[in-house]
Amino acid sequence: MSAFKSDTRLNAGKLDDGGDHAPGDEPKEDVGHWVRNANIGLGLSALLTAGAFFLASSQSVWGPAIPVGLIVLGIAQMGVQLVFFLHITTGPDNTNNVLALAFGLLVVLLVVIGSVWIMDHVTTNMMPVEQMAPIRP
Amino acid sequence: MTTFRWPASLEAYERVRQDPHRLGHRPHGPGEPVAGAGLGETGPARKRIIVGYGFWIYLLSDIILFSCFFAAFAVQRGATAGGPTISDIVELPRVGMETAALLISSYTCMLSYAATNARNQFWTQVMLLVTGLLGLVFLALEFQEFAELAARGIVPQRSGMVTSFYGLVGLHGLHVTLGLLWLGTMMAQVWARGFVPEVIHRLICFNLFWHALDIVWIGIFTVVYLVGSCA
Repeated sequence: MSAFKSDTRLNAGKLDDGGDHAPGDEPKEDVGHWVRNANIGLGLSALLTAGAFFLASSQSVWGPAIPVGLIVLGIAQMGVQLVFFLHITTGPDNTNNVLALAFGLLVVLLVVIGSVWIMDHVTTNMMPVEQMAPIRP
Repeated sequence: MTTFRWPASLEAYERVRQDPHRLGHRPHGPGEPVAGAGLGETGPARKRIIVGYGFWIYLLSDIILFSCFFAAFAVQRGATAGGPTISDIVELPRVGMETAALLISSYTCMLSYAATNARNQFWTQVMLLVTGLLGLVFLALEFQEFAELAARGIVPQRSGMVTSFYGLVGLHGLHVTLGLLWLGTMMAQVWARGFVPEVIHRLICFNLFWHALDIVWIGIFTVVYLVGSCA
């Protein structure tokens, strides 16, 4: 390999500058970019967390709406963390990661919603204990 | 009429712009491959991208494991067997402190990675150390919670709800414990070997792991603690 090829500074600005991009890893960006990203992520997460804790102990919101609001805030904060801490983006370097995330989410939703749905119906359709008692010998 | 074609060098440039990391999921333009345009000749993606992707797959499988524990808790939530309900277990002030410790540790973990990108050994170590100490604070609070619950007779074999509670929260605590061991190993490796590519790859993976634990904790404090406190 010639000295020209091995010297990355000489190759800067070429078609392929040898850069590596992956989730959590964008070495082209300077430190300020990372610190700014972390600050935005922390700020948004702190706001959403404080909002969730406030909502949980709030008396001014209609009771049954509180769990729904809490779950919405939780999902929003997961999104904030994915974008600002795990660096899931829509960029071309992230297409494979986004596809894997989409499949993971599908499995998670199937497991959680499916379990709750099925077990709820099992509980509802189960014969009450009072009616079972006379059957016993 | 012939379709317009850019010169080969411009086509190659466009290809690199669309798929700069050679992940290979972008169409390589219409027509036959152009000599020198790099189609099929650009080689595989770089190691750092493959490492990050592979670890991301592991993290997703871990999140699916957690989703099974979440589902078990959601199903068993009302199965108290006449014992304590979830709102008897929750103590919001302590959960708030645990959440703050884990969120700030996620932040310092990210700062350590910013220092790694700048190849700054001192700040990398300092930020990793702060991350680890905050993780220890989180674990201490969780142990305190479990000990107090056990002292009140709320042990896993009390009811289905308590079993799934200990299972879910304990599994997350186990992950934090293993993450702390990994963190200590990484500090030693950065100190002993410096920023060689292997160590940087492991730091990337550790960062992803620690942030994923934070995401799981968001689910736990929302679904188990906050929703439980207003049940």
